[in-house]
Amino acid sequence: MLLVTEKKVSLSIKELDAGFGRIRDLSVSIGKLSTGDWAETKGPTPYPTLATLREWDHTLLSRYQPFYMPFCDLCCLCTYGKCDLTGTKKGACGISMPAQQARIVLMAACIGAATHTSHARELVTYAIRRSGRDCEIDPGGNAIGVEAPVIRLVCGEKPQTLADLETVLDYCESQITALLAATHTGQEGNYLDFESKVLHAGMIDQVGMEAADLAQISALGYPKADPDAPLAALGMGTVETDKPVILVIGHNVPPAVAIIDYLARENLTDQVEVTGICCTSVDATRYSPRAKIVGPMSWQLRYIRSGIPDVIVVDEQCVRTDAFDEAAAVGTPFIATSDKNCMGLADRTRDPADAIVADLTSGRAKGALILEPEKVGEVAVRVARAVMPARRKSATAISPEIIREKASECKECRLCQRACPNDLAIPRGMKAAAEGNLSLLSGLYDACVGCGRCEHACVHGIPVHSLIMGAAAEKIKNEKFVIRTGRGAIQDIEIRNVGGPIVLGEIPGVVAFVGCSNFANGGKEIAEMSVEFARRRYIVCTSGCAAMSIGMYRDEEGKTPFEQFPGSFAAGGIVNVGSCVANAHIAGATIKIASIFARRNLRGNYAEIADYVHNRVGAVGVAWGAMSQKAAAIASGFWRLGIPVVVGPHGTKYRRMLLGRADRDEDWYVHDQRTGENVYAGPAPEHLFVAAETKEEAMVLVAKLCMRPNDTTRGRAMKLTHYIDLYQRHQGALPEDIPRYIRTPADIPVTLKGEITRILAQSDWKEQPVPDPTLLGRNRAKERQP
Amino acid sequence: MSSADPWQTAEIGGPKKAAVITKPAMARAVIGRAKHPVLLIGNGAGSMEIGDRKLVDYLLVLARLHRIRVIATGNINRALRERGYMNATVLPAVEAGQRIADPGWTGPGEKGPCDLAIIAGLPYPMAWTLLSGLKHFAPHTKTITLDRTYQPNATWSFANISEKDWQENLEAIVSETAGGSADV
Repeated sequence: MLLVTEKKVSLSIKELDAGFGRIRDLSVSIGKLSTGDWAETKGPTPYPTLATLREWDHTLLSRYQPFYMPFCDLCCLCTYGKCDLTGTKKGACGISMPAQQARIVLMAACIGAATHTSHARELVTYAIRRSGRDCEIDPGGNAIGVEAPVIRLVCGEKPQTLADLETVLDYCESQITALLAATHTGQEGNYLDFESKVLHAGMIDQVGMEAADLAQISALGYPKADPDAPLAALGMGTVETDKPVILVIGHNVPPAVAIIDYLARENLTDQVEVTGICCTSVDATRYSPRAKIVGPMSWQLRYIRSGIPDVIVVDEQCVRTDAFDEAAAVGTPFIATSDKNCMGLADRTRDPADAIVADLTSGRAKGALILEPEKVGEVAVRVARAVMPARRKSATAISPEIIREKASECKECRLCQRACPNDLAIPRGMKAAAEGNLSLLSGLYDACVGCGRCEHACVHGIPVHSLIMGAAAEKIKNEKFVIRTGRGAIQDIEIRNVGGPIVLGEIPGVVAFVGCSNFANGGKEIAEMSVEFARRRYIVCTSGCAAMSIGMYRDEEGKTPFEQFPGSFAAGGIVNVGSCVANAHIAGATIKIASIFARRNLRGNYAEIADYVHNRVGAVGVAWGAMSQKAAAIASGFWRLGIPVVVGPHGTKYRRMLLGRADRDEDWYVHDQRTGENVYAGPAPEHLFVAAETKEEAMVLVAKLCMRPNDTTRGRAMKLTHYIDLYQRHQGALPEDIPRYIRTPADIPVTLKGEITRILAQSDWKEQPVPDPTLLGRNRAKERQP
Repeated sequence: MSSADPWQTAEIGGPKKAAVITKPAMARAVIGRAKHPVLLIGNGAGSMEIGDRKLVDYLLVLARLHRIRVIATGNINRALRERGYMNATVLPAVEAGQRIADPGWTGPGEKGPCDLAIIAGLPYPMAWTLLSGLKHFAPHTKTITLDRTYQPNATWSFANISEKDWQENLEAIVSETAGGSADV
């Protein structure tokens, strides 16, 4: 059989009689992923399929049980339905409510994983076209030895070239297809098996993300694991409106790269502003720090409506689906660039650039679909330069008089408030605005997520969102910040330096602020949390829209967090790894601790490494404004590694938590690998997925969730100090669960020795050994005996 | 405004929806009948104004008069302690929901499974989802919300009522349940 694909040739001969002799079972593969001189022994689970890691998943899920909060009581996925699944009722197919909820969570995780993997495929294909199949994967030169920790761990392969990533993506695509198939009517029916598949989808998502970021780092010359990656401008106020302005929105950077390249080729770099929203802008600044980030995805409506962008270029993911309509309403030429997001536009890919430019400039066409990045680069720049002068002359900002006039049409029916995800008191702001006081309306700006639902709810046609933005015009003008551009991976030397202190608990934790901008109380909260933990000498990581929100905050000296704290993966650092797909480097750092610090084999050895990370690496993810299915997939990937994730109040809409029961002692025993005994290790970490109601509650949770069974007494004392201090500050008392986290008197923070000793004496506390912990039966010391 | 539509317009409930509390006597009866109620006070109770008081003030009167155990979510515990209430169990709201849904959980007072959860002060969507979890998975627990917005997933809820109506209802609930007036 001879199989030829674009990327590999495989020849297999079962049996051949030839003149020179007989050949049996010969298999030759050209183009297959090469593992070079990788001597590491292959572990038990390379390329795991749906059920390979089921046992590990069930180990986690038995401790962190799903608590479902159905967001819909019905199932409407097949024509049997709608089926009412309330309580113990079952659907026509036999599905129960828990299984249905887990099924929906799996669908969300599949959508997320598919989106990242599809994006990875785009980037790998693009990178190969740009740099060749043999282009080496290089996330950090000599500073990086473990170039692809997630891929090594999951696939058991060591990718060396861009072409190797294609094989990895083949695997991801096959798994996502199988996972999605499991959600079909009459497939999986048990909620825990659905949940196991959720974790599988999350793991695959991490592989896809890592492949995506490795490809773009290697081919586009991004910062390579550089803690001192340059700063870039952030905020609407940084945009120079006396120049033509291009806006890029989305996640797939090639069109933005082509714009930047075209400007450089034509010596126009200083004459045109390249601005962006969401992760495309993050990656554009990694390519050229002259690009500017306007803000997270919630800035789309306000920036498009401002009329500042002269051309809008969208690619894929998190783009408002009405972006073209909004652009057309303010007369901004629009270019769609992804076959996943065609926006109903005519495909002009094969048309000459001159013709497209002429049509967009004259207004004969309001938009175009161009599926060739280089052509996008040329067309976007030429159109922006052509239309800019006329657009600036006609641009009119919404005046206080217009705001007053429009606000006076408000009848205070409150339908806008009832449509607002954050229940903002819009009618009160309208009433005050009608009387000439814009401060209340302006005050809503900080917590507005920019969805625009208020306008669609208004039966009087008041442009509510625009009025809020108009009232906040001064604030918007002053949005002038900086963000450290995404550095990508973490260096091996950084891992060596912090691996010990993290595993022993002496660096109190690694906190990753990631995800979208669907905040309940504005983005300032995530900035405040990141600063709090950086000041406490945790290692703070961030990415994507969360990194932007962190940057949009200044201290008393006028410095943003990225100027206050170093970008190194060290205690007190704030590490921006990059865009969404760069989240793989955060998971990768925890995996590298097991590899570089603890010298564990990664190769196809998932359960052992996840067990290591879960029991020893005090890492917590915080997705404070998580909105998307991608965020669900990212969280799922962290869960499978045993890393807890905290979400904000809107996170309950993901409809299920994974919660431990601290009050059940029997749930918190681990195997002590030194003695072979089962040892009570306390609820550390207590949850895998939990929603916090307030920023203050989230910070207390984060400090608590950083505790691990492996903490040394010194490390545990330090972690407890932070937990207790935050708890006392925000709850006004000592936490009741202190005894659960004290294993020996040496765990007690020195400053609280007397008080805690008294508490222990009054409880039924018993001293416990500090274990060498594992949840894996096969790691038990006794079982290792010959 | 008085409506039994969900306050957030799109948060439509399922086939099983909350009965509307039309008179404070209904709430009084529900609370009075409960053997092992818990009062879950969300963080918003510390900032929601009712006349010259906060929601938390009314809820603490209710807790004290009926000796109802309090679960403090968010970081409301500080406000409770400032008001002299020192016995709250502090839990994230979703964790409280998980425990209430467990018939084996004997509650903060360890008296037995929670048969009534009184909930107020949570962000609307968080209360919506939490109440949904209890509606489906806590058949041994009834739920009543004392917020002034309709929560379709509760067993009982006010409709969307004005602040004035809310105040009158709450005052009636905390006074008459005590068999007399109670200072807030």
